[in-house]
Amino acid sequence: MHMDMNPNVSPDSIAEMKKMYGLDKPIPVQYADWVGRLMRFDFGRSFLDQRPVIAKIADRLPATLLLSGLSLFTIFILAIPLGVYSAMHHNSKKDRFITVFTFVGYSIPAFWLALLCMLFFGVILGWLPISGMRSVNHDMLGAVDKFWDYCAHLILPVFISAFGGLASISRYTRSNMLEVVRQDYIRTAKAKGLPRHSVYYLHALRNALLPIITIIGLALPGLIGGSFIFETIFSWPGMGRLAYESAMNFDYPTIMGIAVIGAMLTLIGNIIADILYAAVDPRIRL
Amino acid sequence: MIGAGIVIVLILLSLTAPVLSPYDPQAQDLSLRLQPPSASHWLGTDEYGRDVLSRMLYGGRISLSVGFVAVGISLLIGIMLGAIAGYFGGWVDQLIMRTVDVVLCIPTLFLILMLIVFLGPNLFNIMVIIGLTSWTELSRLVRAEFLSLRQRDYIQAARALGVPDFIIIFKHILPNALAPVFISATFGIAGAILLESGLSFLGLGVQPPTPSWGNILTTGKDYITQAWWLTLSPGISIFLTVLGYNLLGDGLRDVLDPRLSGGEEHA
Repeated sequence: MHMDMNPNVSPDSIAEMKKMYGLDKPIPVQYADWVGRLMRFDFGRSFLDQRPVIAKIADRLPATLLLSGLSLFTIFILAIPLGVYSAMHHNSKKDRFITVFTFVGYSIPAFWLALLCMLFFGVILGWLPISGMRSVNHDMLGAVDKFWDYCAHLILPVFISAFGGLASISRYTRSNMLEVVRQDYIRTAKAKGLPRHSVYYLHALRNALLPIITIIGLALPGLIGGSFIFETIFSWPGMGRLAYESAMNFDYPTIMGIAVIGAMLTLIGNIIADILYAAVDPRIRL
Repeated sequence: MIGAGIVIVLILLSLTAPVLSPYDPQAQDLSLRLQPPSASHWLGTDEYGRDVLSRMLYGGRISLSVGFVAVGISLLIGIMLGAIAGYFGGWVDQLIMRTVDVVLCIPTLFLILMLIVFLGPNLFNIMVIIGLTSWTELSRLVRAEFLSLRQRDYIQAARALGVPDFIIIFKHILPNALAPVFISATFGIAGAILLESGLSFLGLGVQPPTPSWGNILTTGKDYITQAWWLTLSPGISIFLTVLGYNLLGDGLRDVLDPRLSGGEEHA
């Protein structure tokens, strides 16, 4: 705690504070206490504002879920068709163009692109709000205007983070498609004279998409954890920024709470991915 | 290979930074604050009148070394643990792979954020922390390669001849397992450079006055309406570098991974 630095705080009250938070006990005892409370889902109270950690996390979770859910959705809507198209036109100019385009998104520093977009769409054109989740006058708006207010605030963050995520899914779809189209049943489908589109989109895509289910499961922690760099730029009131703020203020109970919840979600995500995969692909038995 | 071209040019530029830089990257000249690009200062000057081109060249050295050192550390750990787990199998394998599972449970970005805040942001810490948090994928890759390679006849033969395990691992198996490791390392360098610049953007990266692309960009954002050149050159440099490494990794994958070559025969 930073109170040691403050000359106006007497040693007595520092000792009292330490006792209140249990910081006077040896580290192993503190750890045992913490694990004990964890078993009861008690993450303690924040050092910053004395609010229960679980309430702080519950406050921030919807914003992150909204933002990362929408960008994940956007990524799938755009990346899968791009990947299939790339595979259909393997090694052609179109394939290379899509490769470079998705890699540009993957390589561009998100915070820099965000800065440029905020400057262009927000400051110069004045079309979109540049940060936060609501306008200053949000509470005074009607229900419909409130909805549009959220939408306007979501456009830049969703598209910029989706642009960054296109590459991995579209490359994944592309390489899986390339593997699948060499299977015998695809040759059979072609041989019996089915149109090229239906061979690709009906026969091949379904099998090429199987491994993508795993990615959805694995994306769960990121979906809920958010990115602290991204959320800080857009002043998005989500989990990533909560992590950043609590780290900067050495708010240990909140930090530990986020870490534990993050780890739990990763495990749950892995389990969901495994189960889904077995459910979709009859060749796999759990 | 556009990627390889970009990567080679960047490495050459940062190696020759002391020769190429027209000015001392730290020399301040307050009479020349925030000058736009001109013949004497090709990329303009910053808020202390320092030459942006010189700072970019020196910053490139920092950014690239973050990429190389961080990936070097993760290669070292990842290859060692992956090789041991895959070669020996049994309880050693179980121990190492369950450790990997535990490390993978903690969100990486979050872990890096915590470690940097607690240990302090400086070049050394950043390189080591990024390296120490990114070896898990590599160790899984190496383990998988070792698992399949150790069953081959030539390895069995080497064992039968009594070649020590150490030599089998490093001389007989490792060279054959390196292709996917190289690909992953190339992407890793790109990721580390991007991560350093992102951390710098939050003030958690390499600290001024040492120039890194991330912190030049960060100071530049405060002057973005008066001095666009301060954010444009580092932004483009980070972007091109990361793009170069990513395209190189992708190209390597197409060349080295036989499953992806060929594909559909064009009718």
